[in-house]
Amino acid sequence: MLLELQDVTLKYGRIEALHGISLQVEEGEIVALIGANGAGKTSTMRAVSGLNPLASGKIVFNGEDISTLRADLRVIKGICQSPEGRGVFPGMTVRENLDMGAYTRRDSAGIAADLERVFGLFPRLLERAKQAAGTLSGGEQQMLAVGRALMSRPKLLLLDEPSMGLAPMIIQQIFDIITEINQQGTTVLLVEQNAQQALSRAHRGYVLETGAIVKAGTGQDLLTDPAVKEAYLGVA
Amino acid sequence: MTETTNEGRLSGVSNFFAGVGNRWRGLPKWQRGIGFLAFVAFLYYLPLLGVPGLTWLRTDSIEGGNNWAGVLFTCAVYVLIALGLNVVIGLAGLLDLGYVGFFAIGAYAVAIFGSTQSPVVKSLQDKFDLAPEWAITWAICIPIAIALAMISGVILGWPTLRLRGDYLAIVTLGFGEIIRIVIRNSTNWSGGPAGIASIPGPQGAPSADNHIFGLIDAKPWYWLALSIVLLVVFLVRRLENSRVGRSWLAVREDEDAAAVMGVNPFKFKMWAFAIGAALGGLSGFLFASRQGFIEPNQFNANLSILFVAMVVVGGSGNMAGAALGAVLLAYLPERFRDFSEYRFLVFGLALVLVMLLRPQGLLPSKRRARELKDRQEEVAVGA
Repeated sequence: MLLELQDVTLKYGRIEALHGISLQVEEGEIVALIGANGAGKTSTMRAVSGLNPLASGKIVFNGEDISTLRADLRVIKGICQSPEGRGVFPGMTVRENLDMGAYTRRDSAGIAADLERVFGLFPRLLERAKQAAGTLSGGEQQMLAVGRALMSRPKLLLLDEPSMGLAPMIIQQIFDIITEINQQGTTVLLVEQNAQQALSRAHRGYVLETGAIVKAGTGQDLLTDPAVKEAYLGVA
Repeated sequence: MTETTNEGRLSGVSNFFAGVGNRWRGLPKWQRGIGFLAFVAFLYYLPLLGVPGLTWLRTDSIEGGNNWAGVLFTCAVYVLIALGLNVVIGLAGLLDLGYVGFFAIGAYAVAIFGSTQSPVVKSLQDKFDLAPEWAITWAICIPIAIALAMISGVILGWPTLRLRGDYLAIVTLGFGEIIRIVIRNSTNWSGGPAGIASIPGPQGAPSADNHIFGLIDAKPWYWLALSIVLLVVFLVRRLENSRVGRSWLAVREDEDAAAVMGVNPFKFKMWAFAIGAALGGLSGFLFASRQGFIEPNQFNANLSILFVAMVVVGGSGNMAGAALGAVLLAYLPERFRDFSEYRFLVFGLALVLVMLLRPQGLLPSKRRARELKDRQEEVAVGA
């Protein structure tokens, strides 16, 4: 087991946003977390990446308890998040953003190879290497955020709403790349409102509702589950 | 509507600055080197300024004007302050409204330990049976001033740098006032409201025998301050282009994103705070050495606001911009003394105008301008 959340709760002030989340991610999997706005998807993500401290519960990564580890140290352990929305550094160029992804690494040969790989996955970023990230389109910024996360060569890649605000064509493209990244050996934990895409790509999925997991299963099972269909796939 | 007209009105100015900047960057390295050296030589020559056609720049060219070299010294000290505050505001993106606190700590460090009239030196003389002329040497006071300012920066930063944005601004504003009030009320070691006189310079306590760093001729003081400024410019430039500079940039642009890239935001904010504090202490030290006498009311909150104004008007994030802001805000009221009664009114107006028409400052850093634009777009999307 690569990642395990045991009964994790998380609070913003007095308000409890997550009421005891438990989930597992096996090595090599794509796991999708789906749910409506405010269900706690992003909070779960921030708990795993370390941006929000836990109120209670435990997070185990690679057999090690990381519940109280700082966010920047979790990157060294192999967890890297691609933040939601405009999570790139707008004043830096595309290339500088990618270099920031390799912040914790010192092996320049490995970094160069990974840069090649990211440019291979996203040829668009190579074209725009010297352009300021803030001037990219929404889809390009999303690609950059994913590419930058890959530059840390994570064991576990956390993707927060990679399809947010994007055109259907671009969404398709982003998900193709996520599948490809996964096939190259990176485990992916994915948070999505686009349940159709996410579940059809994921090995397994969890459904979140108001801060708790209400359903779990393989991607296919959830796709065909009548309740999930009605609530998240827009079909009765 | 209004936005487009503003942009139209100012595009001439922006284009001019951008044009000069781009042409400068386009020059071969050796030409830029010579240009820079010529500029530095001109700065060293400034107090002697006698070129016909430029003498109107001198502040003593008007009736009742202040000693020209003295004004230049003040400008150099303000530039040093602006460079330090630029590390905090411009590079790390932390709004510090209490910078005068570090300035005061540096000034009082040399006064308390270097002046024969300070209560602390006097009690040391009594305790160890030293001569009444004994005090800690000026040169040794430099590291003391820097260290004390840095330590107070760390003490202030430790609890407050976990706060964000406005909260930090309020706490630092309080810090500046606390330092001043503590100094004023601690008569037994700071001299209290009466202040401390006889603060030493490079040649020791003020006396008529100090031929170089005396009270009358300010030129050597200016050259000393200018040399320190140039050294600091060099050091900060090195820092900016290092891994530390990159980390500041990341934290400033998006703290959460920086953290998930492996940057420890707290650590780098702390460094910015400590380095900024050290430079503030150094400038206070220079200021007090030249003045020879300081008292608590010289370090009020107005000064903090003035410091922030220098950086913001000039262009935060860009050393040349911050320095320009400092020179303008120190020099203009001296040269145009008829208006100096209204200087706070004029500063206020100038600040409002810059915020409205050119929020990135007169000489902005390219990155800062982009960040600002991005933030505006974000607000527009949100609304």
